[in-house]
Amino acid sequence: MNLFASQIIDGLADGAIYASLALALVFSYRSTGIVNFAQGEMAMLSAYLVWQLMAWGMPLVPAALVSIVISFIAGALLYATIVKPLSHASLLTVVSVLIGLYLALNSLAGFLWTYTIKALPSLFPKAHLQFGSFTVSAETVGIIAVVGIVLLLLYLLFETTKVGLAMRGAASTPDSAILVGVSVPVMLLIGWGIAAALGALSGILVAPRVFLNPTMMFGVIIYAFAAATLGGFDSVVGAVVGGLLVGVVENLVGTYIPWIGPDLKIIVALVLIFGTLLIKPDGLFGRKKVVRL
Amino acid sequence: MSLVVKPKLPVAIRVAVTAVLAVIFLYVIPFVVPSYLVSQFATVLAFAIAIVGINLVTGFGGAITLGHAAFVALGAYTTAILVVRYGWNPYATIPVSAALSWIAGWCLGFPALRLQGLYLALGTLVLSITVPPILKRFDGFTGGVQGLNVGNPEAPAFLPLDDSQWIYFVCLVIAAALYVVARRILSGPLRRALIAARDNQLVGAVMGVDRATLTTATFAMSSLYAGVAGSLYAMIVGFVSPDTFNVMMSLSLFVGAVVGGITSLNGAIIGAMFIQFVPIWASDIDVSLGGLVFGGALIITLVVIPAGIGGLGERVFLWLCTRLGWVEGAGPVRAEAEAMGSAQNEPA
Repeated sequence: MNLFASQIIDGLADGAIYASLALALVFSYRSTGIVNFAQGEMAMLSAYLVWQLMAWGMPLVPAALVSIVISFIAGALLYATIVKPLSHASLLTVVSVLIGLYLALNSLAGFLWTYTIKALPSLFPKAHLQFGSFTVSAETVGIIAVVGIVLLLLYLLFETTKVGLAMRGAASTPDSAILVGVSVPVMLLIGWGIAAALGALSGILVAPRVFLNPTMMFGVIIYAFAAATLGGFDSVVGAVVGGLLVGVVENLVGTYIPWIGPDLKIIVALVLIFGTLLIKPDGLFGRKKVVRL
Repeated sequence: MSLVVKPKLPVAIRVAVTAVLAVIFLYVIPFVVPSYLVSQFATVLAFAIAIVGINLVTGFGGAITLGHAAFVALGAYTTAILVVRYGWNPYATIPVSAALSWIAGWCLGFPALRLQGLYLALGTLVLSITVPPILKRFDGFTGGVQGLNVGNPEAPAFLPLDDSQWIYFVCLVIAAALYVVARRILSGPLRRALIAARDNQLVGAVMGVDRATLTTATFAMSSLYAGVAGSLYAMIVGFVSPDTFNVMMSLSLFVGAVVGGITSLNGAIIGAMFIQFVPIWASDIDVSLGGLVFGGALIITLVVIPAGIGGLGERVFLWLCTRLGWVEGAGPVRAEAEAMGSAQNEPA
């Protein structure tokens, strides 16, 4: 029973990381209808940035915060320079450009920081917390807490502030939003900024567990894709629930189905994605797409 | 909007062009080029086959696939397993690879009935990421991380060829045959049906084009191409291992297809040369340069020449023929929006 409970908790911690990256995907998808294939590589660069700032003598927490802020700016810049000009391009062009960006960013990290792995310290102490009969590592609790707080802040931003309302308007009905005086491009800019910042958070949280290297986000982005697909690509709640579900399922399958084991866990993502798309293409929480002819 | 003009070259020029191509492919590459390059050119031909497959499904079928290395892996491992574990003749495995990949393409193309646009790209990308771990997991069969040693097929004793020249000619014959098949598929009504389904599903449906079946069939066909490419790849390299068929291979094939020209079958060979030689040259300078060049080339191609190098070449050729009066058929006929570049108004 203890093993089961601790697998669930670990799954939730993994899931929280997937959820933040899935949320990043959802934010860019909701605002511009684009699945950002390069999101994982951007997150990887953000994690490297933290390492670089620390190498220059900055303590961990400020370095992480600075990296998140810079990622926000970089995400906004990416929207303004590359994504916005593509708003009327064909799907093939959009996908190709994002794949190009993915390849370029991946190599850029290898070029700047080489392909040897580096260690990024964890934000949390190495302690263990005792809850009755079983123990949880501080990192697990910390990850869940940090992502939880960030989600709460996002919720407050969207539900209680004017900017949040404007952003929701710009994402759901851009034409009407323009009519009531919302600057839609600026809102989309902020949306892509938030997406990059969330990605940075996931990168910084996952880096201590897998070590820094240019391919470190491979194993995360695939589950984030699965989470976003499962939850519905246009649903914020869906991304969070999807992320947590994927994290828990992945851990349970890896532990309890010996045939799959830890090496083949990745197949969970594949099955979830194809299963969702076949059975309920809009995801658990996604809105049904209606096309006006 | 392009004009449908069929180039009709004077016989002398046609003979000259054929002769030049024949000299390049039958003499210069196998006999003049240094021998270590010959097997690299054989790889180029194998990649070109896979890229023609991508041209079919992405360029004409309009379904973006980022996971063709999965089918290349299927073909390569079919050959490797049949040769190593069951002692088959390597050439006899090619039809088996083709059939298996075709079936796998039908099965995986079936979701393509439902997956549109981005989701298909996403699904195939994830498929491609999943392939190496699966190959490693079933190591009893696939040889796991160590891979399988297929060995290079030897040239028949009665021919004055070394092994790499022999495999080059094998690839050349198969690539030429598959190229002709693709040309046949893409001539006549099927081409128009594919383009109609790609550019405007609704109008296509009204005209009686069943997009779902057509897309699945195209996907299966393109998987077959990738499978054959995989078989040849296994014979050229003589060795298969899981990490060869990673997501990077899928993405390079995609890069090759776009750079060569996504709707240009002739461009496939240019795209294949690009993805075979550019990383080798680039890695002489810096390990990370290859990816940077790939990424940059992808973006620049789409911005500067959306039709790709091959597509651009074909247009220049057509324009020249028109200027010189080497065309058949009367007057300009408005028809198919040929390149993806002019299909930019499709609803997102």
